[in-house]
Amino acid sequence: MKFFWGRKKKTEAEAGDPEFPAPTPDPAAPPTPPTAPPTPPEPSVPAPTPDPAHPPGPAPTEVPPSHNPPAEIPPPQQSGGIFARMASGLKRSSSRLTDGMSAIFTKRKLDAETLEEFEDLLLAADLGANAAARMSERLSAERFDTQVTADEISAALAGMVADTLRPHERDLDLSGAAPQVVLFVGVNGSGKTTTIGKIAAKIVREGRTATLAAGDTFRAAAIDQLKVWGERTNCTVVARETGSDAAGLVFDAYATARENGSDVLLVDTAGRLQNKTELMDELRKIVRALKKCDETSPHHVLLVLDATVGQNAIGQVDAFREAAEVTGLVMTKLDGTAKGGVLVAIAEKHADLPIYFTGMGESVDDLEPFSAQAFAEALAGSRTEAVADVN
Amino acid sequence: MFEALSDRLTGVFDTLTGRGALSEKDVDAALREVRVALIEADVALDVVKDFVKRVRAEAVGENVIRSVTPGQQVVKIVHDALVDTLGGDGGPDGLNVDVPPPAVIMMAGLQGSGKTTTAGKLALRLKKDKKRVLLASLDTRRPAAMEQLKVLAGQAEVDFLPIVPGQTAVDIATRALKAAKLGGQDVLILDTAGRTSIDEELMSEAAGIARATNPHETILVADALTGQDAVETARRFNDRLPLTGLVLTRIDGDGRGGAALSMRAVTGLPIKFLGVGEKLDGLEVFDARRIAGRILGQGDVVSLVEKAAEQVDQEKAEKLAKKLAKGKFDLNDLAEQLRGIQRMGGLGGIIGMLPGAAKMKGQAAMAGMDENTLKRQEAIILSMTPAERSKPDILKSSRKRRIAAGAGVQVPEVNKLLKMHRQMADMVKMMGKGKGGMRGMMNAMGAGGMDPNALKALGAKGQKAGGAGVLPGLPGADAQGGSPADFPAGMPLGPDGLPLGWRDKK
Repeated sequence: MKFFWGRKKKTEAEAGDPEFPAPTPDPAAPPTPPTAPPTPPEPSVPAPTPDPAHPPGPAPTEVPPSHNPPAEIPPPQQSGGIFARMASGLKRSSSRLTDGMSAIFTKRKLDAETLEEFEDLLLAADLGANAAARMSERLSAERFDTQVTADEISAALAGMVADTLRPHERDLDLSGAAPQVVLFVGVNGSGKTTTIGKIAAKIVREGRTATLAAGDTFRAAAIDQLKVWGERTNCTVVARETGSDAAGLVFDAYATARENGSDVLLVDTAGRLQNKTELMDELRKIVRALKKCDETSPHHVLLVLDATVGQNAIGQVDAFREAAEVTGLVMTKLDGTAKGGVLVAIAEKHADLPIYFTGMGESVDDLEPFSAQAFAEALAGSRTEAVADVN
Repeated sequence: MFEALSDRLTGVFDTLTGRGALSEKDVDAALREVRVALIEADVALDVVKDFVKRVRAEAVGENVIRSVTPGQQVVKIVHDALVDTLGGDGGPDGLNVDVPPPAVIMMAGLQGSGKTTTAGKLALRLKKDKKRVLLASLDTRRPAAMEQLKVLAGQAEVDFLPIVPGQTAVDIATRALKAAKLGGQDVLILDTAGRTSIDEELMSEAAGIARATNPHETILVADALTGQDAVETARRFNDRLPLTGLVLTRIDGDGRGGAALSMRAVTGLPIKFLGVGEKLDGLEVFDARRIAGRILGQGDVVSLVEKAAEQVDQEKAEKLAKKLAKGKFDLNDLAEQLRGIQRMGGLGGIIGMLPGAAKMKGQAAMAGMDENTLKRQEAIILSMTPAERSKPDILKSSRKRRIAAGAGVQVPEVNKLLKMHRQMADMVKMMGKGKGGMRGMMNAMGAGGMDPNALKALGAKGQKAGGAGVLPGLPGADAQGGSPADFPAGMPLGPDGLPLGWRDKK
């Protein structure tokens, strides 16, 4: 119970202070320092936001930066490297986890009670009941009745998480015959369109070309949203008016991508909850339309998961795999307080499903190739101190 | 992957039958199951702990331990405590907009939680209440967010604050407030950009907007699919903004909605509305009972009935009701039922909403019952002549062979369908003879707009008659079956979440 006493105290402290200094040993994380000098690309825009996304007005003027996008991101983010960025993105969750762990494990014997508290911590990180139980058992098998410290435990946890996730680390291979078709699917608001924008920027930066298909013909202004990304990244956007048939549009988009010799076709789709039969059927239809264009397409079907999602993500993976043969995952919004621990549960269940990217924010460069080690260490908190030292 | 809590708890207590009373230890074992169920439903861990502690205090009482069905008692206590924690049975918490105009409503939340859509839904709702609404988007970050709200304002036919590029969120908020005062609108809805709760810059921006406009309602919009993070998000937003209520979106997903409990418990704020779907009228007044049932995995029978009512063609339903009242149920009616099930999202969709769903789903799949079964069965009926459909008795082997060939199936499948129809027809006949249940049920269904009271009445009726339920039986289900998965989905569901009379059968 020590952990929870610790937590409660923290909560009171937070509530007492309107400025809620982050109850972490490292309040000045690189991406969100209150004092970080915003680097607005548009001096005319007084909005106090470092994000270059100022739609819709200034957007056209921002198209050129796509040739040199790294200039847009605040330097501290870059200097940290992927581990630091990942760790700082996960800082909240990991430090909460480490705080809890320190409370549990400082000079303690690993007994049944301690193990249960350890398991609770994993549950609080959205790992899910099964994964949490398994890790707790493994820890028990290795260390039961020995004296353990918080560091040892978090290292062990990071090891276990990394072992589980490492086989899922893979590069998105878009080297096949052009156009390589990548279909993006997911529930509403998971970040599909934003992820497409970021991946398009990546492709363009590598000197290749992409066409974007505005397949979300349902949500109001979703098409405009993708068009803004098209302008930012200098990519052609194929769109029809809201309400038209997505499968038909995708068919056209493929033809356009072929004609203009694009290396990659990125297909956006409307967000859909996985229990909506008719919407999942629509997704199947989109896949069928693509197969008519090219038997081997879509070459990749990426399910975009929101890090805040809980155990429902497991059901999402099942349903979208069944309907659209999902070939990989992207996890977005890891820059918040969310843990994204459900990835571990998903990885255990779907041994063959790669995790390609993690999204850390809203600007064009906030997308990193997935690194099991970075994710695991950030989640388990074993590198938090290292990050603090860097800063 | 989730089993209904009631099944689980019954399992726990079943192992203890034969003993005179249950010890505290037994109750603790049951509460461990409760704990896991809540965690699997994404209720935040510390909320779970407090909750279990509270339930335990009630559950160790004499009444529970000495009762005949301690498992059910515990479920009931848990359920009641959940309803209570979620806001109780009290009337719905409306929006506080009856103030000197313009009343200001500010929307806040994480990215992608559904703020903009919810803003549109609220606008439409208020407009129906004869309020003049002005929608203003302060989302200067996400591409086309302002356009999205503009389109929604158009759909809801409410006023929209013109977009002026380059303004800050606080500027727009001030401008919107002025515009609403000049324009004589009753309500101003401010849609803000999505932000993570640790983004200090954006959180102070949100606080600045709140200071500048002094909103009467500040609504935190949260995704019902949120995991353990819900509590952190709610706490941090609540610390920085004068929140007055919550709206939970994507409640039409198959998430268990534990976030509702977490957020409510942490902030003490009322959950005002539930967002359902992307259509503008998809906003429901919050019902604590419903969410409680979902969190416990007791199914969402209310949703099921609502969905059924949505899909039922009133005329056809009345016609069928008349026919059933006479004790008749031919293959045409069966075909119509099959189509109805498919319209409702297929077997999977229906079973998903029923208590004990997970188990049933697995067993249904094992028995080869899937969407294709329904289609095949419909095909078999469509391969019959009209005469055969209305009088299945004339079907002999040569006709069956022809039908099987026409439907592309084997004769045994035709036989299976006929047997199923026979059983259902017998049931209908029995009820037609005045045992009650079915008629009341069909009337209720035919009446279209089914309200919760009608549902309760329906449940009560079903209880007495021990007969029909929501649907007159699903195909392939064996009414004489011996395991929970085998009961026809149409059976009425008791308060324990299992079909009435099921336990007796066992």
